[in-house]
Amino acid sequence: MFLSNPFELKRRGILGMNQRNSAYIGRYNPRKLYPLVDNKLKTKIIARKANVTTPALLGVISIQAEVAGVEKYIKNCSGFVIKPAKGSGGKGILVITKVINGRYYRPNGNEVLLDDVQRHVTNILAGLFSLGGSADVAIVEALILFDNAFDGFSFEGVPDVRIIVFKGFPVMAMMRLSTAASDGKANLHQGAVGVGIDIKTGKALHAVQFDKPIKYHPDTNKELALLTVPKWDRLIWLASSCYEMSGMGYLGTDMVLDRDLGPMLLELNARPGLAIQIANGQGILPRLKLVESLGENVSMSVDERVQFCQKNFSQ
Amino acid sequence: MKARFVFFALVTGLFSLGVLQTVQRHISFNIPWVPGVTRTIWNIDAKITFNALVNSPITASLTTPKAQKGFVQISQSAASPGYGLSYLDNNEQNTKKVQWTIRSAEGKQTLYYNIQMMVDNKNQKNPTADMPPIIDMPYSNSAESTAGNALIKEALKTSADAFSLTREILKKINAEEPSQNVKLLLSNNNDKTKLLMTLLNRAKIASRHIGALNLEDGRRRQHLQILVEVFEMKNDVIHTQIFEANSTNSIRTDNLLLWDQSGVALLELSGGEHSNVSFSMIKQEQPALSAIIQKTENAQLFDFSIHSLPVEDQALFKGILMIPLGVLVVVLMRVLIGLKTSGTFMPVLIAMAFIQTSLITGIIGFTLLVAIGLFIRSYLSQLNLLLVSRISTVIIMVILLIAMFGVLSYKLGLTEGLKITFFPMIILSWTIERMSVLWEEEGPKEVLLQGGGSLLVAIFAYFVMSNDIARHLMFNFIGLQFVIMSFVLLLGSYTGYRLLELRRFKPLVDQE
Repeated sequence: MFLSNPFELKRRGILGMNQRNSAYIGRYNPRKLYPLVDNKLKTKIIARKANVTTPALLGVISIQAEVAGVEKYIKNCSGFVIKPAKGSGGKGILVITKVINGRYYRPNGNEVLLDDVQRHVTNILAGLFSLGGSADVAIVEALILFDNAFDGFSFEGVPDVRIIVFKGFPVMAMMRLSTAASDGKANLHQGAVGVGIDIKTGKALHAVQFDKPIKYHPDTNKELALLTVPKWDRLIWLASSCYEMSGMGYLGTDMVLDRDLGPMLLELNARPGLAIQIANGQGILPRLKLVESLGENVSMSVDERVQFCQKNFSQ
Repeated sequence: MKARFVFFALVTGLFSLGVLQTVQRHISFNIPWVPGVTRTIWNIDAKITFNALVNSPITASLTTPKAQKGFVQISQSAASPGYGLSYLDNNEQNTKKVQWTIRSAEGKQTLYYNIQMMVDNKNQKNPTADMPPIIDMPYSNSAESTAGNALIKEALKTSADAFSLTREILKKINAEEPSQNVKLLLSNNNDKTKLLMTLLNRAKIASRHIGALNLEDGRRRQHLQILVEVFEMKNDVIHTQIFEANSTNSIRTDNLLLWDQSGVALLELSGGEHSNVSFSMIKQEQPALSAIIQKTENAQLFDFSIHSLPVEDQALFKGILMIPLGVLVVVLMRVLIGLKTSGTFMPVLIAMAFIQTSLITGIIGFTLLVAIGLFIRSYLSQLNLLLVSRISTVIIMVILLIAMFGVLSYKLGLTEGLKITFFPMIILSWTIERMSVLWEEEGPKEVLLQGGGSLLVAIFAYFVMSNDIARHLMFNFIGLQFVIMSFVLLLGSYTGYRLLELRRFKPLVDQE
């Protein structure tokens, strides 16, 4: 059969796009808080206030006249990332992993000229990557040096951990590993590998690429089942605490592990995708329902919420 | 739960409001469910010519058709420079006239009267007038009187009622070998109609002469056919039949418009001489709807609808009122199927352009424009331009391309190509820009996916929006907008799976 039975999907508690939009995003994410999440600069600011670690901010370029001066932010670092504050779906992110004598190299080794970098910043300012084409600012961030634990698991890119935090409960997690197909990006629909991560242990459960189960990383051939996220408790605690910080009920938190600085928040997403279910080989609905069954006014601390999830959602 | 109830009450309310309004319009205004049902309309001109008498005020009264079975009057008008005009509808005397008046005029005068009558077979009741009075029509001499009385006596013997009596008289008048009596009567009086009238009146049969118009498409300078209508009271109901003095049988009135039922005169003229009335007519097949709208009696009932707008604006609304259908298609495609489109409602705009260009031309034109646009845009992306000026460049480029296509196809003799100008240029430019960015970021596959999705939805929307029945219904039944709104609302609360998700999540079901 080409299609699956919708009742079977329902039985397995798989959340569909329509239900996600109306029953979760529409219901739990107040519209007025979206700017905090959609604007990465604002996210960084509230994260700093809430003592949530984020990658170091090298500079912000907000007007065209400053574009020529982008060099001063990036000259003396070993690698950097330039991204639009209001970009969506990973659009407009320029990753430079090597800087040698004023020459810039992307993760795949291609050289990028300073002109190209400036053009990219110009595009960001003009709003090419932002929703609705509104004017934007460019953020220059330090490159994350990813943890050695991920050696061989990711191809030319920072692997990140997406955790769905529902009303402050970290209900489901997956690791996103970039591949040659995804061009160093961590978006599943672009070809990144999604690995479901156990909420309790941080160990790999199940892996998919292009929505199909896989066992080995397509570029490095490393067995994906061996993947374990280090400092998992700290990471999931940080993710869970993003609820208080952002006020969003149904939140996708993208966490990264820096070799030296440990887990940090990369960005928040008010409309997290559904692929995490495929990566986990499980529907998310039963977990969401369980959290909803706790009632409207639960006042649990971050620790209690994490414990609750580790007890109930471990496989 | 309460919010849910209110929501469903709202949806049900909108739905039933829409359906009720639609059914009500269908029933009370007789607007058909399907387009293309045509009604025949006779457009008849009466032309009156006469010579004005010097220094004399002129009054010309033309008897005009009354309501009658098989026809509904749609409109009437009169043209006559300098004349005062009035329509005299006298219900008591059961006459309907148009009257021209002027203080003085010189030379040959021409007056026009136009009436539009719609053939309406549902209208079968013939408003019968009172019995006309029996007039004492004298014979010119005693010999005639004797002959006439003898003829009536013979006819009375072989008849049972007024109609059979009339037939008997006609048989005698029109016999190939007329009797002595008939010869005598006809020798003095060549007019068989007048003779018939005289005889009927003598026999105390109520009758009157009427002027009827034989309806035949494209006829000009016609005159009224003079007929005789015979009345008889049976069981307190007045029955009538129409006879023509030159034939024996009563006449079928199907193709006959009874113009002058006054029984007096077609034209009453004072202050003029040598008058002549002639008729010309054309037959028009009109869609039932416009015919109904023209019915003057319905005019005020349509006042609050789009039909009360000028025709030009109505045409505009015809397009606008179709948009909800296109929007519904987009909602269906996105919510139920899960197709990706570039720009939410861009497909509807493309579909509207397709309606102007016709489908095949539209698809070819759209694909060509976007493809060439993408090609040129890929060069622009190297120029390091600001977004606004880049989009502006793309807009100008699209306009140039459209102009080039237009000229090229015209030179090649493909007039179809000229229709390319119907594409919304700004929308097209944004599509090119967006797809170009998509190409750079996600590769050509995603461009094909979203472009193809948009095109597919646009084609679906085109088929729905260009459907004749759909156009007819959406334009004439405003209530359907509420029905569509209720559907869209309902779809907005659909939380089930999309069709493409059934495929996407298949690995989840298959894994064990």
